[in-house]
This record gives sequence, structure tokens and C-alpha cells, in this order.
Amino acid sequence: MPYRYREDVAIADVAFEAWGATIEEMFVAAADATLNAIVTDLNAIARVDRRTLEAAAEEVDMLLFQLLQELIFYKDAERLLLRVTEVTIEERPGHFLLSAQACGEELDPTRHDLIVDVKAVTLHRFKVEPAAGGEGWEAFVILDV
Amino acid sequence: MAKIKDFKKISETIWEIPRSYKEGMRVPARIYASRGLLEEMDAGVIEQVTNVATLPGIINHAFCMPDGHWGYGFPIGGVAGMDVDTGVISPGGIGFDVNCGMRLVLTNLTFGEVRPHLRTLVDRLFARVPAGVGGAGFVKISQNEFRHAVEQGARWCIKNGYGWEEDLERTEEHGCIVGADASKISSKAVERGFKQIGTLGSGNHYLEIQVAKPENVLDAEIARAFGITMPEQVVIMFHCGSRGFGHQVATDYLQSFLKVTERKYGIKILDRELACAPFRSPEGQDYFAAMKCAINMSFVNRQVILHRIREVFSEVFHKDPADLGLHQVYDVAHNTAKVEKHVVGGEVRQVLVHRKGATRAFGPGHPELPEIYKHTGQPVILGGSMETGSYVLAGVAGGAQTFFSTAHGSGRTMSRAQAKKRFQGKKLQQDMEERGIYVRTASYAGLAEEAGPAYKSIDDVVTATEEAGISKRVARLVPVGVVKG
Repeated sequence: MPYRYREDVAIADVAFEAWGATIEEMFVAAADATLNAIVTDLNAIARVDRRTLEAAAEEVDMLLFQLLQELIFYKDAERLLLRVTEVTIEERPGHFLLSAQACGEELDPTRHDLIVDVKAVTLHRFKVEPAAGGEGWEAFVILDV
Repeated sequence: MAKIKDFKKISETIWEIPRSYKEGMRVPARIYASRGLLEEMDAGVIEQVTNVATLPGIINHAFCMPDGHWGYGFPIGGVAGMDVDTGVISPGGIGFDVNCGMRLVLTNLTFGEVRPHLRTLVDRLFARVPAGVGGAGFVKISQNEFRHAVEQGARWCIKNGYGWEEDLERTEEHGCIVGADASKISSKAVERGFKQIGTLGSGNHYLEIQVAKPENVLDAEIARAFGITMPEQVVIMFHCGSRGFGHQVATDYLQSFLKVTERKYGIKILDRELACAPFRSPEGQDYFAAMKCAINMSFVNRQVILHRIREVFSEVFHKDPADLGLHQVYDVAHNTAKVEKHVVGGEVRQVLVHRKGATRAFGPGHPELPEIYKHTGQPVILGGSMETGSYVLAGVAGGAQTFFSTAHGSGRTMSRAQAKKRFQGKKLQQDMEERGIYVRTASYAGLAEEAGPAYKSIDDVVTATEEAGISKRVARLVPVGVVKG
């Protein structure tokens, strides 16, 4: 799994690291980490409903913040559990744009083993940067639960 | 991390971190805790409470309560009073779950009378008060009506038949904080929350049936004034917040504050979660008015849940809720910022008090208290772990030192992941049932995360608040039935 939960940080919440060979792959991993904090088995989510998620920000890290926040929004507003399948990031003068494809289904406690409700993405220690070894990208995120 | 030797000991339960600890601290930080609790606190508390001390306009000290633990922006248990003219307002000093809070409800039933019906009561409460991820409530209203509800708070509920007039005076701000302005909230926040009225949520949110055993009544006179009058009296306590609506309001403004904190207002922050704006600025005032809608949503949520509790008890005992004595003791808010009058340097001043995972605790005679509690001090409802017990406390005059703030719960000491490794939800449920606590949960994994040993000792926390002179123990309440989100 290209993400790992950190047990030693923010003990009342859920902290994770995510990686990817590209920034887009890392975003997909971080989206899965967020969803996996809510549902035990991501494979139990059928790919029935599709949504296109969009974000715009001056800094690339805030694109990740907004993408994860969109997943949390759909979980409450439409009771949808969405997995992000594809991410496209474009750099424009002075800002970045993100478009993501996501699919999933309405949450069903009889089929989805639900763990905890994620309330928000926090900015405490929030980080999106090229990986330490020089290859790929990594993120550090704390979710408020 | 700071070691005990780095602290200046003010008393056995008050520890100060001087301004010299970190560049930019405008005031010292003070942690309220026994030595044992202080030693148990994680590194995050020290980092965060000293970051709070750097915020513009902070008065006296950045505080952390005895149940403090690692949060984001402020620590959980963090309290900061800001000068209303020179200070800032920060969503990170309030939290995403705005006005997450507690309500305590009486019955005139003894445990002996409730015991034969306990499973039925808990099962019905579990069915009527949706818990867990994505729960939708029974109140079906339009988005437009929801906007009215969050401006009117619990008053909206009473008008719509979800409560009694007397509930309002037994709620902080009478269930409706003045100045909530729905034009300051996003459509996204409304879409996220308008179907969630009357839902518990998950994590550490719960609804419990509890018993006040005679040996656990520590101040009989105040307990009597709070309505705890007979041996083995059954009470109901619950903990929940403003649900997705409040979370979205905080998220929206966190992002907009990030753009102005340094660029427009030149405020340097040590954690982006402390993004803030001057309280008197347009951004600060917009957030204040929007956050008040979230405060009101939480009052609405808890008021509707109280209505459901009255329905369930009434059905099971075939009696009118009034005949069952289902009166609310009080409703307290945890995650808020409010303008209050406090004495600072001998003068009465308006202070914007941020409380994040902390409870307001006004002492006896405070003008904001309802007549029924003027002589006792404000009831403070403190939720412990589901296995051990909770407390009702009272505010005291000494609370002035922390802007009349005290602890809000027992505070985690073990991470959620560690708790899940150590405990197994189904087994924990069985063990608790053998010990006389009947539990229904929306998530066994979530239940394991909330196991008793994952929390600090609630007894140590409340004792520390009493020894520090910021609140007083009234009664310890033990759980017999639990609905867990």
C-alpha cells in the first residue's frame, strides 16, 4: 500500500503518510488513505456512481487538501464513499488546477465495515513535497476524526 | 520536548512554560495538571500550547486543561483569551466540530426500575438516534429552513415541537448564540449538514444511560440543586456536535484565513492550522458570524436528540416524559470562541475566549447563569470513557484564572491504532456486558478505539481541576447502557 498510518502522531486523530512515483499517484494514494480511515475494506466499495472532482489553488499542496475535503463532503452530503481513480494536475500562471475521477457507491453499513467518521483534513504538519530520496512524491496528513 | 524541570511550578497543579521557551511567545503557557498527568502528556501539547502563546492579542497565558492532548492548531484542552480590539480569531482555536458538547438529562427513576428495561431502552435509542458514519436524522427540512434553524438554534426546535421551553434556560447561550448569520455560510456547508439533525456522529461521541450511586455523590447540596436527589438515580448523558455542517464551516474559513493571515495582516504563525485574522477585521467578523451558526446547529442537534430520548423513555415506561422527570440539567459547549466579560488587571474587559476541548465553567453569582444555578455555579458535564464513568462538576469563583474554563473529558492517552491492536470490539462489548454495561455500537472497530484504557483517569483529571481551583466535583456517574457512534 502506498500509504501508512502513523500511530505516534496526533493520538486522538488519524495521521498518515502517502507516496507515489508521481504527484498524481501520490494524490490517489492519499485519497485511499483517507477513505480507508473510514472503511476497513476499500474493495467492498462497488464502482457504481461516478463523480468528477475539481480543485484550484495557488499552492500545489492545497490541491491535495481540497481533493481530500471533497471526499469528506460527498460522504456527508450524498452518503457516497468515493475512490479516486485518476488525477490530473495542471500548472497555470499563479495557480494549479486539479481534476480527479472518482467512483464508488452509497455507504451501506451492512456491507461496508465502517470505522470512524472523518470530520476534516487538518493543516497541522500538513505536507506535500518531493520524496526525500529524490524519486517521487510524498505527503503527510492528519485527519480530524 | 519540554521536561518537568523546564516548567516553573506555580502550584501542585499549575505548571508554567516561560516566554523564553520559544521565540515569539507573547505570554507564558500554563498547563493545569497533577505531576502524573503532566508526565503523561504527549509532545504535541507542549508544542501546540506554546504556539498558541504567540498569537496576537493573547491575554495573560495560553492554557491547557488537565485532559489536554495532541490536537491541531491548539491542543485539545486549549484555552486562550484574546483582546477583542488587538487580538485574533482562529478556527484552529475552536476546532472543526464547532460546539461539540454535552447534555445531561435527569429521570425520576432508580436503577432498580430501569434495569428490567435497559436493553429495550438502549436498543430503541440506538435505532432512534442514528450513530456512526453518514447517519441521517429524522428531521426532514429544506436547505432554506435549515438556514433559519442555524440562526435560531434550540429556539427553532422548541417552536417545532422538539423540546420544552425550560430546556432553553438550561443551555449555554439559551440554546441560541446571538449574531449567527446564515448569509456567511457556504451552500456546501448547508448541503453537508442539513440532513444530519438528530445524529450522534462517531469517534468519541456517545449517548449513555448512567447511574448516580449514593457513594458517588460528592457534594449532596449542589447535586440536589442539579436535580440528583435520590439514591441510584438514573440520568442520561450524551456528547455530539455540529456534524458535517460545522466541519465544513471551519474548513471553508480555514482556507480563506490562510490567504490573509500573513499576506494581508502580517501575522506570522507557527502552524498553518493556526491561520487567523484580527477579530475586528471583515474576515474575522464573517467567520465569527458563520461559526455562531455552527454553534447553533449543535444546540439544534442536541435538542432534537433530547426529544428522541424523551420519546423513547415515554414509550418504554408508558408515561408522559414530564411524569418521568426528564428534565435537562444543562448543555455545555466544548469547541467555541465567545465574547465574554472578564476581569483583567483589575478591570472588566471584553475578551474573546477560545475554548477547544474545554468547558466554560462560570462560578456562583455569574450574571450569565440562569436563576436556578446562580447559587451553585454552572453545571459542568464531563464525559469519561464508556467503561469508567463521567462527572458533573460545578463552576467556582477561582475559575477566573482560566477565563472560567475547565476540562472537557478524560483525554486520550493511547492512539486509536494502538487501541485497535490491543482491544477487539466484539470481545470488549461482551466483557462490558458481563460487567453490567450494555453497549450498542455502529462500529466494532470504533468501539475498540474507545476502550477505557485508551483514556486518562477521569478521576485524576477532575481532581486536578478541583485542586487547581477551576471547578468542583459534584457527582460521579457510572454507565449502564451505551450507544456508541
